Amino acid sequence: MNKLALSDEILLSVDKPARYIGNEINMVKKDPSKVDIRFAMCFPDVYEIGMSHLGIQILYDMFNKREDVYCERLYSPWVDLDKLMREKNIPLFALESQDPVKDFDFLGFTIQYEMCYTNILQVLDLSHISLFSKDRREEDPIVIGGGPCTYNPEPIADFIDLFYLGEGEAVYNELFDIYKENKKNGGTRLEFLEKAASIDGIYVPAFYDVTYNEDKTIKSFTKNNPAAKDKVKRVVEMDMSNTYYPTKPIVPYVQVTQDRVVLEIQRGCIRGCRFCQAGIVYRPLRERSLDFLKDIAGQMLKNTGHEEISLSSLSSSDYSQLQELVYYLIDEFGSKGVNISLPSLRIDAFALDVMSKVQDIKKSSLTFAPEAGTQRLRDVINKGLTEEEILNGARDAFIGGWNKVKLYFMLGLPTENFDDVEGIANLADKIAREYYDLPKENRKGRVNINVSTSYFVPKPFTPFQWSAMETVDNYLEKQRFLKGKIDEQLNRKSIRYSWHDAETSIIEGIFARGDRRVGKAIYDAYKSGCIYDSWSEHFDFDKWLKAFADNDISAEFYANRDRDFDEILPWDFIDVGVTKEFLWRDYNRSLKEKTTINCAAGCANCGAKVFGGGICFDRQGGQVQ
Amino acid sequence: MIVRIKFTKTGSSKFVGHLDLLRYFQKAFRRAKLDLTYSQGFNPHPLITIAAPLGVGLTSEGEYLDVTLNSCDEPAIMIDRINEAMANNISVTDFIILPEGSKNAMAVIAAADYNISLREGYDFLSINDFRDKFRDFYNQDSIMIIKKTKKSEKEMDLKPLIYKYEFLDNYDLSQNDGYIPLIHLQLATGSANNIKPELVLETFCEFAGISYNPFVFATHRVELYGDIGKGKERDLVPLNKMNN
Repeated sequence: MNKLALSDEILLSVDKPARYIGNEINMVKKDPSKVDIRFAMCFPDVYEIGMSHLGIQILYDMFNKREDVYCERLYSPWVDLDKLMREKNIPLFALESQDPVKDFDFLGFTIQYEMCYTNILQVLDLSHISLFSKDRREEDPIVIGGGPCTYNPEPIADFIDLFYLGEGEAVYNELFDIYKENKKNGGTRLEFLEKAASIDGIYVPAFYDVTYNEDKTIKSFTKNNPAAKDKVKRVVEMDMSNTYYPTKPIVPYVQVTQDRVVLEIQRGCIRGCRFCQAGIVYRPLRERSLDFLKDIAGQMLKNTGHEEISLSSLSSSDYSQLQELVYYLIDEFGSKGVNISLPSLRIDAFALDVMSKVQDIKKSSLTFAPEAGTQRLRDVINKGLTEEEILNGARDAFIGGWNKVKLYFMLGLPTENFDDVEGIANLADKIAREYYDLPKENRKGRVNINVSTSYFVPKPFTPFQWSAMETVDNYLEKQRFLKGKIDEQLNRKSIRYSWHDAETSIIEGIFARGDRRVGKAIYDAYKSGCIYDSWSEHFDFDKWLKAFADNDISAEFYANRDRDFDEILPWDFIDVGVTKEFLWRDYNRSLKEKTTINCAAGCANCGAKVFGGGICFDRQGGQVQ
Repeated sequence: MIVRIKFTKTGSSKFVGHLDLLRYFQKAFRRAKLDLTYSQGFNPHPLITIAAPLGVGLTSEGEYLDVTLNSCDEPAIMIDRINEAMANNISVTDFIILPEGSKNAMAVIAAADYNISLREGYDFLSINDFRDKFRDFYNQDSIMIIKKTKKSEKEMDLKPLIYKYEFLDNYDLSQNDGYIPLIHLQLATGSANNIKPELVLETFCEFAGISYNPFVFATHRVELYGDIGKGKERDLVPLNKMNN
């Protein structure tokens, strides 16, 4: 029997003990004493969420292809085990070897959403590693942060030794080589960090000092170590069809959120929606070739035994060979009991055809994400979806037999007024009318329209990075107003409205554009017992309010404030390819209700062309203008 | 055709729950390229029935499931093929093509064998004390307990449902390091009468006047049986030998 870090008594006392035993199908087994580098890769949330993340699977596969590296996994212990580990002083361990994380060379966090910040501290704490980077000793692991939240790493800068900005495929090998060399030569932790800081994409927060103005804005952001770069460039993988992809993903025992094969068809997005950070920081659009995708889809299904495959990307309808790919998957694997799980597609004849082939029309629903209720506001956010397209798509789907529709909107978008909010109710009603205009024999009972609104959070590296986030009071007022307007509609009985709570969103708003001072509040909130903040049953808003108040952190300053172009933003030292000048230009276009062309139709000169590939070159003959 | 598969569940796989195990086999059989028969509909799934759910924390060398196939190869070839697609602590030990019209494993199950051991490091009776007290426990005219269900409580006699007991001496513990062999129990199992070893141990502890701590005991299921006896006479045979 493989040894386990936890005793039977502990494992039998906690919920879903199989989260902690490792040994899943396709887990990589190596002799830890025969490698140079032990890497613990952590998704700081519960196992079922973390195991569903494709990025970790890609890096796990890539790292373990190196003979000198053993990459293992760990996730946040659930609250029941968290309590037992603290009581019994058991150090947190990695799943593969079940060895304590504190003995590893690296502890890497993938940071996918702001509300996991306290779980990073939980994992460090349970691992018996100092929470603050400055307190770590020579023998402690190097703590790395990566993932989307690192495009503003400052709120957690004090806890992380180095951030990796960009796509994992790009420079991890170089980082490992430098580490190995430094270790062999008896180099110190500081010497390694200095060498690492010379690689593009690597940001060592300790090598920079921040000073502040009296109005609390940033006065200066300067490096204090000559090894550090003035600007840290995001690193990318440009050849998407000739790179790492895990053909033998791990198959968990416990049912996880993504219990299926995930096929990333492309990276980046052409759309340029102004609220969307992913649409900017993953530019340029890079497609994987059809042959590559067909090949890895087959291998992954064979090696996992999964009965479902889903396509992943920011906007799958924009993949140039989507029809060929989807029909191939249906023809090749559909007969072998494999379900094809479709992403949200733009509703057109093709989408309705494949949906009718792979889903039960009676149960499935159509999804539209207009995001805003009027054309005016959709132009402000550059969401290229018109009312006509939505109504036509809905009508075609109703004729095809569907009678469930989901509509996603945001409240609190820049320039939003009450007419825009009312537009949401009107649009929902118009969709219902499309249904009831059909002859009775074509209808199947009542139409179900589910409207949901979330609370817009302005993010770094978007044209709205300078915009004020709506205050909680205004947001709640708009939400109540919309509820009232929906209740006034002719087809109100066919419309259901649900909304996202304001409390986590406002905290997200503070973190998203926070600076290093916010870290103290995160530390205090954690110390007062906050973990699993993204889980409503564990989220404790009062503790957060206290932590913010104690550290003089206010929503007014960090979230609800418009910024000037001249203000130094906490993330200005990062170069994501898309330039600040473009973002400012696009922000000003948005205020004039002007849209910006998408990357497939033309080039808006955002700056991502600097990477020398992707759609910027594929469709324009490689000319840099 | 319906195939009955016997398998082990040992080591850390004892922490894998029943529904997760079912999903595990669905995927393992697909990896092994079994010619599975699927249910109809938009979410087709293979037809698999596990004979008797094993509680989380228990190990076993005598688990069974029935699976419906369109076709298959020789049993020995099939066993190898499936095991190549399995985790090292869940493995197939037998593969039987059931005759047409056989009842499924869940329907025929009548009894189960368990070996109970003590985990080291916990307070318990000495082995001799245990044996004396267990004999006294079993030699009562009846062992009345209150069985609680979701709906009601009812009194029942455990004694006729304990088919057999035997103290263990040299039970092979190769996969259970640090465990002290205690007792073998054969218990009624299935839809008609079903008792778990935990219930017997808990009732015994109450009889012996000691507090019941479930972590003291490590339970290993050895075999599952069907009853081919005529009338009231019991004739138990392992689930993979019922048609010989």
